[in-house]
Amino acid sequence: MAVITLISTWLIPCFIMLVLIVATWKRVPAYELFVEGGKEGVKMAFSLLPFLVGMIVSIAILRASGALDAFIGLISPVLGFFGVPPDIVPLALVRPISGTAALGVTTELIDTHGPDSFIGRLASTMQGSTDTTLYILTIYFGAVGIKKMRYALKVGLIADLIGIIASIIIVTIVFG
Amino acid sequence: MVNIIWAAMAIVGILYAMFNGTMEDVNKALFESADEAVTISIGLISILVFWLGIMKIAEKAGILQILAKLFRPVVVRLFPEIPKDHPAMGYILSNFTANVFGLGNAATPMGIKAMEQMKELSGTDTASRSMITFLALNTSSLTLIPTTVIAIRMHYDSASPTEIVGTTIIATIISTLAAVVVDRIFYYRSIRRG
Repeated sequence: MAVITLISTWLIPCFIMLVLIVATWKRVPAYELFVEGGKEGVKMAFSLLPFLVGMIVSIAILRASGALDAFIGLISPVLGFFGVPPDIVPLALVRPISGTAALGVTTELIDTHGPDSFIGRLASTMQGSTDTTLYILTIYFGAVGIKKMRYALKVGLIADLIGIIASIIIVTIVFG
Repeated sequence: MVNIIWAAMAIVGILYAMFNGTMEDVNKALFESADEAVTISIGLISILVFWLGIMKIAEKAGILQILAKLFRPVVVRLFPEIPKDHPAMGYILSNFTANVFGLGNAATPMGIKAMEQMKELSGTDTASRSMITFLALNTSSLTLIPTTVIAIRMHYDSASPTEIVGTTIIATIISTLAAVVVDRIFYYRSIRRG
């Protein structure tokens, strides 16, 4: 664990150093290229803005109205029947849609049940092992102006579902 | 599909608020969330400018090409449509590396560059096969060390904050493999349909 933390902190500074050394060695105009690349970054952030506003507002409406919670309340018993702990259902449903909401749910679950409880461990694993599909598709397709996503969303959501099921099974085996 | 999901989330929310008496909350959420979205976008500027600057140097200095060559055998199989020495490969690899080490901030700009290169290859505004494979891998999460989760566990006085790293890694591997397989299935289905 300590080794991995060390790698994570050293990786970026060392990578930057390597890039700059190689660039200087090859007599590439490093600073000018940095500025040139940076300008693209500014453009990109602004082109992303409308995509993010659209998606985040729509999700916020669904959450604030109480419809999302109602849906979760409705579906929890059904999933519970298949062995999914009811407490974890909100997290499983929210995880692919909203990263901040999922983090909020995870924190709340850990707060209520304790970090070393079964639910606490399951929430931690679930939070860490999949990413916010809707956000990733919005950002990446939005930034480069892709209008037709084809089957991308389906693939992302099915992979999420498999990841969530896998988390439940693994945590049950390891900590159950 | 996205158009429908996007509209449906808002429509369902507003309809539900009519009967649930939460219209006031919806109203508030509308403007607060728009504000939040702008904050996120603006917050991305610093990361995007810095990383795209560094990556531009890396590209011109030939480092991305070296990286692409090193891991070519694995990635070529995942992205058969991308020419072997194309810069897209280098960006895809940089994105994966940053993700594996939990450096989400560095991963996003490189991922966007990879998407840009793939768009140049396909030349349309329709998602290409490579793009979908790339995003499937990103959405399934490649992170091996969930730093945020560990931080939360520490905050709540866990006896062993990092004990979930093992289960997270196994779950991540399974969800990533699932993403690759599901992506392939949908791709071959889409060709058969013509």
